[in-house]
Amino acid sequence: MSEKIRVVHYLNQFFAQFGGEEKADIGPGFKEGPIGPGRALEQALGQQGEVVATCFCGDNYFAEHLEEVTEELLLQMASFKPQLLIAGPAFESGRYGVACGAIGQAAQERLGIRAVAGMDAENAGTGLYRKKVYIVDSGSSVVRMATVIQRMTALGLKLVQGMPLGRPEEEGYFPRGIKRNTFAAKPPAERAVDMLLAKIRGELFESEIATPQFHHIKPAGAIRDLSSAVIALVTDGGLVTEGNPERMEPGRPTRFTTIAVEGIDRLDSKEFDVVHSGYDTAFANQDPHRLVPLDVMRELEQEGVIGKLHESIHTTGGAHAAVENATRIGQGIAERLKSAGVSGVILTST
Amino acid sequence: MIPVAKEVGSLRAMASGGIVSPTGNPDLPPEKEKEFRRDLVLRALQILKEDVHE
Repeated sequence: MSEKIRVVHYLNQFFAQFGGEEKADIGPGFKEGPIGPGRALEQALGQQGEVVATCFCGDNYFAEHLEEVTEELLLQMASFKPQLLIAGPAFESGRYGVACGAIGQAAQERLGIRAVAGMDAENAGTGLYRKKVYIVDSGSSVVRMATVIQRMTALGLKLVQGMPLGRPEEEGYFPRGIKRNTFAAKPPAERAVDMLLAKIRGELFESEIATPQFHHIKPAGAIRDLSSAVIALVTDGGLVTEGNPERMEPGRPTRFTTIAVEGIDRLDSKEFDVVHSGYDTAFANQDPHRLVPLDVMRELEQEGVIGKLHESIHTTGGAHAAVENATRIGQGIAERLKSAGVSGVILTST
Repeated sequence: MIPVAKEVGSLRAMASGGIVSPTGNPDLPPEKEKEFRRDLVLRALQILKEDVHE
């Protein structure tokens, strides 16, 4: 029998048995051996490992001093020479979850050890850290503590021992956004037909492609009076200033740019380019108004149909945009327009 | 592209002049093309004035 794997366990003030919210401001600390849920961890480790120490911190204190607490805990943790950090499970507690993710990521990166956390899918820590740290789906109920600890332990031992991991749903952790090639028993055509037949028969089947999730968006209210409204022009058609000095990506965009148009009545084709890998840009390059209707918007402003045309055009190139990036770009543009007092947008899309 | 826009929650969507020239029509002479564009923009502004429901 080889030597036992040395495990450090991270807990918040509640699970480390200091108290509830009234103790959430206690600072970081260490104790030798397991505490509270650490006993279930010790049991799950069996002969393969031991809990050499438990580190803890109050949830509020950690959240308010993220960097200092992480430093402090890492420093002390190193002296126990652990090979694995088990953090939580934190269930639905957001501050606890974020603490587990932060300490897990830091232990991996700085001490070079493996880490496993446990959280509910809705925990803020899951969204923030699932790509960096293995996070076991704990569900929201503390009743599942023993089961969750067993899963976290099994995953942690595999990681330390360098054993191959199964798919997220088999091992019980949240997908980390990593694709791995595997051999399937049947070719794609047969698998697709099997799935279709299962669907027709009303049986369960599992798609091999994760479809992007769109969040529900509440539509903005109507603009009652256009003649006092500030209207902005936005496009995902790739309008840039001549020569594309900011090097906007023609496809798979990760950002947006702005073009100042205050006092400008027309977009001169000599001063602008259209950079977009998803459509034939020849017509828009000949006359940028075919993409962004600045000329008529300026006229409508002068005629008083709209109150004001916003001073900048926001632009990005929408070809093959990942939903995640497109959402971030959209939010970035929306924030700027809202803070500038814009009440409506005409977004031209190609 | 309108079904795509609505699918992702952009409920104020209208057909444009086409993929390669959303606010233009290269087949028209310049003056007519600008009229076409003005008409599109006025319709877009009208949509901004209306309430939409999910």
